[in-house]
Parts: sequence; structure tokens; C-alpha cells
Amino acid sequence: MSALIEAEDLVRVYATRQGLFGRAVPVRAVDGVSLRVARGETLGIVGESGSGKSTLGRMLLGVDPAQGGVVRFDGAPLPDKGTPAWRALRARLQMVYQDPLAALDRRLPIARQIREPLDIHARGDDAARRARVAELMQSVGLRADQAGRYPHELSGGQRQRVVIARALACAPELLVCDEPVSALDVSIQAQVVNLLRGLRGENGLAMVFISHDLKVVRNLCDRVAVMYLGRIVEEGPVERLFAAPRHPYTRALISSVPDPGQPLKGRIILQGEPPNPAKRPPGCAFYPRCPQASGICRAELPQMRATGQGCRAACHHLDGADPVPQAA
Amino acid sequence: MTATNPPDLLARDDRRRPRAAIPTAVALGLGWLALMVLCAILADLLRPYDITQMDLSARLMPPLTPGHWLGTDELGRDVLSRLIQSVRVSLVIAFGATAISAAFGTTLGFLAARFRGLVEQFVVMLADFQAALPFLIMSLAVLAFFGSSMLLLVCLMGFYGWERYARIARGLAIAAGAQGYAAAVEQLGATPRRLYLGHILPNVASTLIVSMTLTFPEIILMESGLSFLGLGVQPPETSLGNMVGFGRDYLTTAPWIMLAPSVVIMITTLSISLVGDWLRDRLDPTVR
Repeated sequence: MSALIEAEDLVRVYATRQGLFGRAVPVRAVDGVSLRVARGETLGIVGESGSGKSTLGRMLLGVDPAQGGVVRFDGAPLPDKGTPAWRALRARLQMVYQDPLAALDRRLPIARQIREPLDIHARGDDAARRARVAELMQSVGLRADQAGRYPHELSGGQRQRVVIARALACAPELLVCDEPVSALDVSIQAQVVNLLRGLRGENGLAMVFISHDLKVVRNLCDRVAVMYLGRIVEEGPVERLFAAPRHPYTRALISSVPDPGQPLKGRIILQGEPPNPAKRPPGCAFYPRCPQASGICRAELPQMRATGQGCRAACHHLDGADPVPQAA
Repeated sequence: MTATNPPDLLARDDRRRPRAAIPTAVALGLGWLALMVLCAILADLLRPYDITQMDLSARLMPPLTPGHWLGTDELGRDVLSRLIQSVRVSLVIAFGATAISAAFGTTLGFLAARFRGLVEQFVVMLADFQAALPFLIMSLAVLAFFGSSMLLLVCLMGFYGWERYARIARGLAIAAGAQGYAAAVEQLGATPRRLYLGHILPNVASTLIVSMTLTFPEIILMESGLSFLGLGVQPPETSLGNMVGFGRDYLTTAPWIMLAPSVVIMITTLSISLVGDWLRDRLDPTVR
């Protein structure tokens, strides 16, 4: 499979100022991330809050400029934001937002908003656009009589369907979903996840699914990348990675997912908080919380290494004596 | 309810968006404004006398005198006729100037929000400069240099209050960009033109309209002030402020000369405020 989108060594640094006269402290929100997504593939990106998932998603779309590294879409580097080439590319790269109410213009009826990408990219004539809007609304499960509604008159799940329909209007090749269900009720989450699942691989649609919900990611994705403090610590096919996580952080994450009706067994409870990204520890960022940490972790940044069966992980102790739990 | 029953659907839609009854105060305000606009348009037909027609035998007649329902001034000119003409002149200045001010300020504000950096600093600097400079003094200087003409007066008043629109428009546009919908539309590939005119402007319009309802009366008052100082509308032409200014001399002996235009100024500005407030709520689909 050829890569549809490929990121190489992406870096994004924010400057935060502490106190009124404090000096600006650089925060490396995304720090040397490389990944690739093939056509029709769904990549999950998981990690806790502040791990740089959303920033990474926006960088893949070219919304946030990369300060280091390069994003290639279909072989060519992304054009600069705001240029006509960047705007034209929006027909092929789309995004689904975490908060659908904020992402919709509350003064326009939803049919107008779903139609907007067709108007922007001049797809078909008026009749064709109307037909396409009706088709999109039906495919995401909105009733035709809801076309004239305003966003605030819809439920959260319906709003997210509008956002998805709008993103799909020009039949994009890549859809970046930034926590699309985390703002929704659990009962509605399933509808939206099923909708996205139905879209998966349809016409070669590739997806980057950013979430902190491991169950959803497992349900939806082909591959998954685990982020910790701006870096990918482990990556691999979803079943393989969930069955046999190699990185201690991934293990802790996966052990925290409850199974209905079963008490949590062998749960790895991490000590402390993720470190302040402005004061990133040297070496492996995870070592202050890692149960396996040793001297080398403190001194040296672990590099991604292949761990077999398409998995890669960044840890010094991959070949260590610590047995890998096989139970899923 | 089912989606297969059109009559039912329509009934439901009617219920969802009831046509809210217009409050009495707003209805009165609308009525008054309509009357003022009619006065302005039909001034030539409505006024019983020419505004310069003097009748020295009927000087300073009190109101309700037959033939002069609002009385006459010190030269025996009919106050009602002059009032009708004044409404026309003042409305033209106030509407024209408010429109110029809103368009100019909003455009600069959006440009600042769009380009940020130097453009933004320049616009903010201009706005600060405008806010720091007493407008009356600037107007006096300009009018003293160039002489007073209707066109110049409208354009000059058009600079009154633009810095408020510029600040509001800039602030709201920046907030919208950070808020999501604007970023989302941009991410759809929209040109800045579509983004600012099609999305951000309708979203911030309600705030701008309220600002317009504040500027409108202020412009009427500013024009009154300038006319009062003798640099606004030049006699024999008349405006509301001009009438107040000249009527002041007869405040104790013939108060109607001044009171008639004063009452019109007050009711008009009040009506504009009430209607503007109501309009803002009506234009917002989320407040129903």
C-alpha cells in the first residue's frame, strides 16, 4: 500500500509565558513524530490529555504549520496555509471536530452548511449540489425535513452528523477526526462511531482517529499509535498492539480499560502526573513514572525499534527480562 | 411524529418559530421612525410654508395659532415647516454618516483581524488616535478650513465613532477565528472573502447593529452641536440642531422654537435604541 499521508520528524513548539514578567518557555507539543497512513487505512492516535494528539492532527492537515519536519500528502509536501493550493487541497483533506456546536455556524441552516464545501470547490451545478446534500444527509442518518434546522435545534449526535456530512461533501481522501465522540453522551457515541465505521475504507477513505477512548480505537482502527508527551512511544496493528503491548506506558493504558462484569485484574497504576512538557525530563520522558526505569532511561532517549509483526516501540527495555503479558 | 406527514411537519415548524408579537414600545418606535422617514421623503409636499417665508406681522406666535400649529419664530417663519425640513436634513446626515462609519470601521476591523501583525497595529493605532482626539475639535478645524457643505458634513460625521466598530469587529473576528466555526469554514477551503462576509459578518452583525443604534443618536447630537456652534448646517437651511441653537435665544419668551426640535431629537433617538435592541434579538436565530 502506498502512503496517502506521510509525516516525517514533525516538531511543533509553543511558547508559554509564566507570570507577568516570566520568560517565554518553549513547550515541545509535538516532538519528532513520524507516521504514515495508507489509502483506506484507519490510524488511531491515543494518549492522555496534553500528549500532543490534537496538535499532531492539525499539523497533518496543514492547519498548524510544522516547525520542523515535513508532511507529504500523496507524495507532495503540504502547501503553506492560506495559499490557493492549500485551499484547493481542502477538498481532499477534511476534519471532524470535537465540539460540533462550536464547529458549525449557528446562523445558517444545516443544509446550507453541508452544501458549503460544494460551493467553495465549485462541484457540479445547483441541482447536483442539492442532490448531493440530500444524499449526504441520508447517508449520515439525518432526515430530509431537518435540512432547514439550525445547529442549536439539533441534538449533539445530530450536530456531529452534520459536521461529518460537511466533511464528506467533496469526497475527501483523508479524514482527521479529533476526539469526535468525547463531547457526546455515551448513548450517542455508539451511533457516531458506527457511522464512522461504515465510512471506513469506503472509496479508499483514510482516517486518522484521535481519541483517548481505547475501546473506540480498538473497535474502529486498523493501526494505532500511542503518544506520550509529544512523541509516539509505540505503534502497530491494533489487535497485535492491544494483545501484546511492549511499551510500559501502553501496558498501563491498556490495563486501565475496564471490562464489563469483570474486576480489573493486574491493573498497572501509574504514579504521579505526566511531567510538565515545559520541563521535559532528559532521556525517556516516561522514566519518572515507569516501573521498569533504570539508569539508561534517565540518560538516553530511546529510539523506535521494530518489535516484530509490524509493531514498533521506543523503550530501552524491550528485550528485558520482564515478561510480556499475553492476556488481552 | 413521522417524516411522511407533510401537513403535520408544517404545523410543527410553525410552532417552533412563532412570530413573536412586537412589544408596544417597539411598535411605537417603529411607527415614529416611519413617520420621520415619511417626513424626510415628502418634506416638500408636507410643509405648509416655505422655510424662508417670513411673516413679520406674525412673529413669535405661540403654538396652536391657526395656520401656524407649532407657532412661528422671531422672523415669523412657520416652526412646523422648518421642523419638517430639519428632520429631512438631520436624517440624511445621521443615516449617511452612520452607514459610512459602520462600513469603514467594520472593514478596518476585519482587515486587522485578517492580516494581524503590522496592519493590525496600524489600525489599532488609528483607532486609539481617533478615540483620543476630541471629535468636535477635529470637526471644527475641518469645517473652518473647508467651509460647510452638506456632503462634507456627512463625510465628516461618517468618521464619528468608526473606531468603535473597528475595535468590535476586530475583537469579534479574532474570537470567531479562535472559536471554531470560522476555523472550520477556513478548513473547508473558503476564501477569506467568503469567510468574513458570509460567516463572520452575519455572526457579529447583532453587536454591530447595537453599536449603530448608539452611534446614530450621537451623530444627531453631534450635528446639533456643530450647527449650534454655527459650523454645521448653514442658514437659511435648517436642521434639528440648528433650530435648537437659534431657538436658545428665545428660550424664556418663545420656548416652542427650541422645544419642538428637541422633542423630535429625543423621541427619534429613543425609538432607534428600542428598535435596534429588538432587531438584534430578531436577527439571531438562537434567541427565539
